[in-house]
Amino acid sequence: MNPRRKKRLTWVAVLVIGVSVATGLMLYALSQSIDLFYTPTELVEGKGKDKQKPQVGQRIRVGGMVVEGSVERNRETLEVSFEITDIGPEVTVLYQGILPDLFREGQGIVAQGELIEPTVLKASEVLAKHDEEYMPPELAEQMKGIKHVNPNKVEEGGEQ
Amino acid sequence: MWRWLHPYAKPEATYHLLQKLLPWFVALTLVTLVTGVIWGLAFAPGDYQQGDSYRIIFLHVPSAIFSMGAYMGMAIMGAIALIWQIKTAEWSIPAIAPVGAALTVVALLTGAIWGKPMWGTWWVWDARLTSELILLFLYVGVMALYFAFDDARTGAKAAAILSLVGVINLPIIHFSVEWWNTLHQGATITKFERPSIATSMLIPLLICLAGFAFLTVSLVMMRLKNEILRHELHRPWAQQRLEQD
Repeated sequence: MNPRRKKRLTWVAVLVIGVSVATGLMLYALSQSIDLFYTPTELVEGKGKDKQKPQVGQRIRVGGMVVEGSVERNRETLEVSFEITDIGPEVTVLYQGILPDLFREGQGIVAQGELIEPTVLKASEVLAKHDEEYMPPELAEQMKGIKHVNPNKVEEGGEQ
Repeated sequence: MWRWLHPYAKPEATYHLLQKLLPWFVALTLVTLVTGVIWGLAFAPGDYQQGDSYRIIFLHVPSAIFSMGAYMGMAIMGAIALIWQIKTAEWSIPAIAPVGAALTVVALLTGAIWGKPMWGTWWVWDARLTSELILLFLYVGVMALYFAFDDARTGAKAAAILSLVGVINLPIIHFSVEWWNTLHQGATITKFERPSIATSMLIPLLICLAGFAFLTVSLVMMRLKNEILRHELHRPWAQQRLEQD
């Protein structure tokens, strides 16, 4: 390689590495703000190194798994309440409105709303978080015994 | 080691190579894309949770992967254009950028269409969606910069630098779902463990991936052929070529 090309190659390498390092540092500094939601554990114990907790009254998003058997519906209105959890603490979500199709017990969801008590969220929006697994229903039954129960269907069937 | 590449620094040689390869790539595209899409949309089983709505992955995943793949290709061409100053590498930047931008738009749109019924929203500003949107802006920026100068070679140099700078976005897009918590689900097939998708769905998805790969390459080849002809119009070989067609 002749010296001029070598020099240009060095410049290109310096450019790419420099930009990568700068972006890496920036993203590292911002990492808490880039997270879309608090997990229930982060909500209770605080997030990051300085254990920052959201204040009551703050608008936040909380994401976790819907605890099985915790979904309670008001038969007259669209009000619904349920618990979400990750590994430890549970957070109560109150919501009024139509839940997404994928909302099930045992399903990951992300709720956005106002924190009205340290572990109670009055949600204005509930989104379902899908996992990365795809399989036909027969296989799901074999492998998982279909753990995901659609609460609507169960109620219609008169169980519970 | 790279000696066999040297003749292709001459645009004419590259043109003839593309001319020879293009029909094969077009044929492969047609076969794989038609098989994959029909298999995926009509014959693959439905998902246990999402029913038929999941079928959009047969378009969404390939277009998203190759929106990133095309960018990588463009950045490599940018590096070659900066270091070795080879004209065909410069011309391949405007050949790749619109194809990649189109794939990015397809990935964003199919994702939004799937997101509305499944998540409950068209769009959310999570790390994966936002970084993919930035990829679209990078493509648009590269195209704009390329044509923003009166002197075409200055434009090519500027576009090459921007495409290199933008490379940092690719690992961010890929790992966004691991580094931060996002609404977008984690990787299904682009990881080292076993893919978390049933084999009966994985096979058509892989065929669709091959189809989109061949489609991307074919489109870029067609555009690069045009770019070469456009720049070499004044040369005798190009004029002969045009008279023959």
